[in-house]
Amino acid sequence: MQKNQIPGNILCVRIHLPNSAFLGNIDSFLRSFDPSLPDELIITSNNKWVSVHPMVIAMVAALGKDISPDKIKVEAFEARSKHYFERIGLFKFLGKDSGISITVHDPSGRFIPLTKIKNSTQQTKFLTEMIPLLHLADNPKQAEPIQYIVGELVRNVIEHSQAKDGAIVCAQYYKKSNTIRIGIVDGGVGIKKTINKSHAASDDFEALRLALMPGITGTTSREGGTAENAGAGLFFIKSIAHVNRDFFLIYSGTAMFKLLKRSSDEEISLQSNPINDRHSKQKGLPYWNGTVVGIDIALDDTQEFSVLLDLIRNIYSTSIRERRKEKYRKPRFT
Amino acid sequence: MIKIKLLPIAGHFAENKDKAKELRIKRINPALKKGDSVELDFSGVTSATQSFIHALLSQLIRQYGIDVLDKIDFKNCNETIKKIIEIVTDYMQFRE
Repeated sequence: MQKNQIPGNILCVRIHLPNSAFLGNIDSFLRSFDPSLPDELIITSNNKWVSVHPMVIAMVAALGKDISPDKIKVEAFEARSKHYFERIGLFKFLGKDSGISITVHDPSGRFIPLTKIKNSTQQTKFLTEMIPLLHLADNPKQAEPIQYIVGELVRNVIEHSQAKDGAIVCAQYYKKSNTIRIGIVDGGVGIKKTINKSHAASDDFEALRLALMPGITGTTSREGGTAENAGAGLFFIKSIAHVNRDFFLIYSGTAMFKLLKRSSDEEISLQSNPINDRHSKQKGLPYWNGTVVGIDIALDDTQEFSVLLDLIRNIYSTSIRERRKEKYRKPRFT
Repeated sequence: MIKIKLLPIAGHFAENKDKAKELRIKRINPALKKGDSVELDFSGVTSATQSFIHALLSQLIRQYGIDVLDKIDFKNCNETIKKIIEIVTDYMQFRE
């Protein structure tokens, strides 16, 4: 972890962008810096080549957004990587001049640059523009789950996070793996504070576990949620990732849950309790103020959305019935 | 019967819960209160989130009971929208 206390109590955070940081190997990156409210930010990178998940770029953008550009230093970027980060909008987002000039091409088919979404109007506009940008307009089977995931995640941020800058979103298409990778990050109150309005999560990981379960929302302790919240959004997204054999990661406070990829011979088995999914977890990570979500959507493996909904319907109803049975108490006659 | 077209309100991808809530409060609920039936026409809407459908229907089911579904016609729904409506009406029947 890199956190340097400079005389005068200024908190300087150094982030090193490694050669590779994707959802499968992200853990060491998450442990490598302390994201708690830095005053100064130094960004360095691997001197050969940097290839990172859009979630990583959105995290750096979220950390830098409240820091004056003159307190942000960008060091030792290898030229080709620097071009990439310029194109995806990181330097612009941080208010830094990268010192390089590029011909800005239409980003269609490659990426969605860093975008801040603060309200419903901006969200609707983003969701409309996103699919053509990723060249998926003629392929609803692939577009539907992506639009669904981004729609639900961004709305979660707008409604629950209390993040003053809303959601920071970034996505990239990877030709070699035919995969779209998406990062959605906020600097809000985090999952634990939201869930604990109506539940009693003892730590950040328990809060993540509850948030991923169907029918559990921070807005009420009742099954079925409120008029506006059902507590189903994250469960749906985890389920989409499971069915499509994709990574899904959520990090908030000091905890991380990562749904691991389902192997091709492993049967689809949706779980209401994320602990029963094939996953990895981290507790005691550096504290992230807010929530970080990363997801990969492999386009080759995309299942029909309606098939997926059948599976979700089944497990959702079963899960709520089981929880009601658990709560059911018979009178005790002695 | 009150007929409501969703497309001009919610767009092709129905995800804005604020619009769903507004539609429920300003048009659907007043019609049901008067004893009218409601037709929700989804033609042109290609997809919807569970959050949108929940914001549209869950409070009506709480308020009037599940029999309220006898008063609502869901017209021109594609497979995705049908299934999301079924998920929401399912779990609302198992609620506390």
